[in-house]
Amino acid sequence: MFPYLLAAILLISLSGFYLGRKQASNLRSQTKLHSLPQYHGYFIALWCGIPTILLILLWTALEPILLGSLIRSHLESQSGGLTPTDYVIMTEEVRNLAAGVALGTQDPLILETAEWMRSLQQSSQWSMVVVTILLAMLIMAFTRSKVAPGFKARHGVELLFNGFLFISSTIAILTTIGIVLSLIFETFRFFELVPITEFLFGLKWYPQIAIRADQVAGDGAWGAIPVFSGTLLISFVAMIVAGPIGLMSAIYFSEYASPKMRGWTKPILEILAGIPTVVYGFFAALTLAPLVRDGGIAIGLDVEARSALAAGLVMGVMIIPFISSLSDDVINAVPQTLRDGSYAMGATKSETIRQVIIPAALPGIVGAFLLAISRAIGETMIVAMAAGLNANLTANPLENVTTVTVQIVVALIGDQEFDDPKTLSAFALGLVLFVVTLILNVVALAIVKKYREKYD
Amino acid sequence: MTDRNMAKAARLKQRYAAEARFKLYGKLAIAAALSAVFFLLYTIFTAGYSAFWRTQIQSEVTLDANFLKVTPQSSNEELARANYLGLFRKNVVENNPDIKSRSERRDLIQMFSESAETDLRDLVLSDPSLLGTTQKLWFLASSPVDTIVKGAAPRDIEEERRVVSNLQLRLLDQWTAEGRVGSTFNINFFTRGDSRNPELAGLAGALAGSFWALLVCFVISFPMGIAAAIYLEEFAPKNRITEIIEVNINNLAAVPSIIFGLLGLAVILNFFGVPRSTPLAGGIVLSLMTLPTIIIACRAALKAVPPSIRQGALAMGASPMQVVLHHVLPLALPGTLTGTIIGLAQALGETAPLLMIGMFAFVVDIPTSPLESAAALPVQVYLWAESSERGFVELTAAAIMVILVFLVLMNLLAVIFRKKFERRW
Repeated sequence: MFPYLLAAILLISLSGFYLGRKQASNLRSQTKLHSLPQYHGYFIALWCGIPTILLILLWTALEPILLGSLIRSHLESQSGGLTPTDYVIMTEEVRNLAAGVALGTQDPLILETAEWMRSLQQSSQWSMVVVTILLAMLIMAFTRSKVAPGFKARHGVELLFNGFLFISSTIAILTTIGIVLSLIFETFRFFELVPITEFLFGLKWYPQIAIRADQVAGDGAWGAIPVFSGTLLISFVAMIVAGPIGLMSAIYFSEYASPKMRGWTKPILEILAGIPTVVYGFFAALTLAPLVRDGGIAIGLDVEARSALAAGLVMGVMIIPFISSLSDDVINAVPQTLRDGSYAMGATKSETIRQVIIPAALPGIVGAFLLAISRAIGETMIVAMAAGLNANLTANPLENVTTVTVQIVVALIGDQEFDDPKTLSAFALGLVLFVVTLILNVVALAIVKKYREKYD
Repeated sequence: MTDRNMAKAARLKQRYAAEARFKLYGKLAIAAALSAVFFLLYTIFTAGYSAFWRTQIQSEVTLDANFLKVTPQSSNEELARANYLGLFRKNVVENNPDIKSRSERRDLIQMFSESAETDLRDLVLSDPSLLGTTQKLWFLASSPVDTIVKGAAPRDIEEERRVVSNLQLRLLDQWTAEGRVGSTFNINFFTRGDSRNPELAGLAGALAGSFWALLVCFVISFPMGIAAAIYLEEFAPKNRITEIIEVNINNLAAVPSIIFGLLGLAVILNFFGVPRSTPLAGGIVLSLMTLPTIIIACRAALKAVPPSIRQGALAMGASPMQVVLHHVLPLALPGTLTGTIIGLAQALGETAPLLMIGMFAFVVDIPTSPLESAAALPVQVYLWAESSERGFVELTAAAIMVILVFLVLMNLLAVIFRKKFERRW
């Protein structure tokens, strides 16, 4: 039904366009028009299409809600003395039956109500078709009557278009608001079950699945400190790897490398940035983790299978191109005059780099490192596949630790109950993650921007 | 030479040595990064190339019409319903009369893939006149046998730790000597959905899932991204709201992807009621992530169009909207498309947000619309990587190879687009 209705509306709009254009071009042969004929056509087509399609969407969104409450009140009037939960279950059964899912219910009330609901749905569908098509026709008749030499059709069309442009540009803001609201809303529900002090300062993290319905939140422990420490540990290992390698390769690229060498090595390095993180995760779990463990055992160290070291190493490799290309930009932005001045004083190239260029570029490099740290903290797949699942408060990279992102994945993969602290804890962790990465990004971008202005 | 000069020369030597060392560090850093790339790709390739072929075993099968309780004249429905699994087992057991005990017979049958049943059914359905004849047919080997043949699992260890039993190993060697063990191109990998059996698992379902999700993502983010970019670049007044929008877009590009998954779960699934696990939900989430990339690319492309184009059009009496839609946007489109392709390539590799909204459905059937449950390519990689069976390791690596091929193709397309249509003014 739905696609046919949409097709019908589109057809009406299309014919509106042709009729309007025809009418206007007939007029044009007699007098001068304000707007070109096709704008009259567009005006009619847009006004026929947009309101009716919005109406259809609204109708389909509201129909189940309205029908649900109708059914509910019908059930309540027909059978007395049941708890609200029973009615919810009954309404759901009726809904499923009406949708054609056989449930094997024998209750005559439910069967009869389902039949009633189906007929209601039918009439609702048909009235939607009639109403929308009538509406489209009416609008077409009205807008066609407005086609006249002085009518500013182009202004109308451009106004609609401008509206679309503006709405599109606000999507980014709406997304941010959606993220913030959903995180905050669910986090509040989490803190109704678990005290906020426990979450922020507790040292034990045992998220438990509510197996029984009467299980309370106290059965799990929700101290997120070990989760945060694990995240920091892995990010630290990653930065130990990526920081020097990324920075040194950026220096080499911008100061030493011949254009030819730069031309073929840089794209290869950039491959690292394009590889999906799940690939790194597979690499870490399949190759590097056993390698690290065997290597550790060979030199007499006790390395766990899912060590923070292996996950951190791979994450470091992932971040290298990030640091290297950002630092490369920053170093290239240092004015040539500084280099020339240093060379004129007799400094070697490396002395110039260490004592002139790096200090000059330091704010930008710090910004690049902050952005890289924010990337490392928010990275999910590598740690989900190569880091541990159990929270472990340690600073030893040879043990297994868990991260914020891993705990979010663990909490939300599989069945979700939105009154269960385990599911809600994911949103609390997500909020922390969002706030921390946001602060890092804002600070980093501000530093980089200020640095750029200095040399512009 | 005076002492002073000698000290100077020594110091100079030292300084040059430091220079050489510093340069070496730079070279080492680049070498380390490059070797990481090659090591990574090498690992994936060596682990994955073997997944593109499968071991098969030749076996004689008598298509016994009496056992199947059908005749060549039976209807297709009756033919399809017959007990081919029983027939296959009976034949395999009869071909190896020296194997008597129940457990040994089970070992024997388990050397073959479950697909033997459907292979036989398809054969009889395609040509019922074969009933009653004896055929030499190739059957897919089961995954443990396959890993032993490929050398992916060790064979010279005690029976308990080996993936196949002593009997199976002996039979395998015997059949290999008889020339009854061969290999074939793994067509299943490209035509079938997911399966619990590694030898039957394929990527087609995940490919379709990713295709639908990317299509939804493109349909939403491409027009919206262009519209937002046009507004911000050409029409927006320079005020506080515009500034907030711009800062917002830049920050959104740096939000961790898993946060988008939480947004999708709380808002798109729970609030708007988009069905879980579907490419539609996945595509919407991915479009929110791709939008900043497209907006930034399109704005850069719009900025690159010289003002003389705008002034020329305005001078000819075009309205501001006509200037943008008729003259500026067409010139900025190649740059925008390049950015869009790169954004879609990122979306193709995105895993975490899709995990959050349940796009890891175990689907055997290939989804034919964005409203059916599906898994996406990278999520399939994650699922296979997490499963314990050894046969899935090569499949995981092979799936990664497929993703990488797609990424390379998309990026190549972007480069070609840039080279072909980019105009310098």
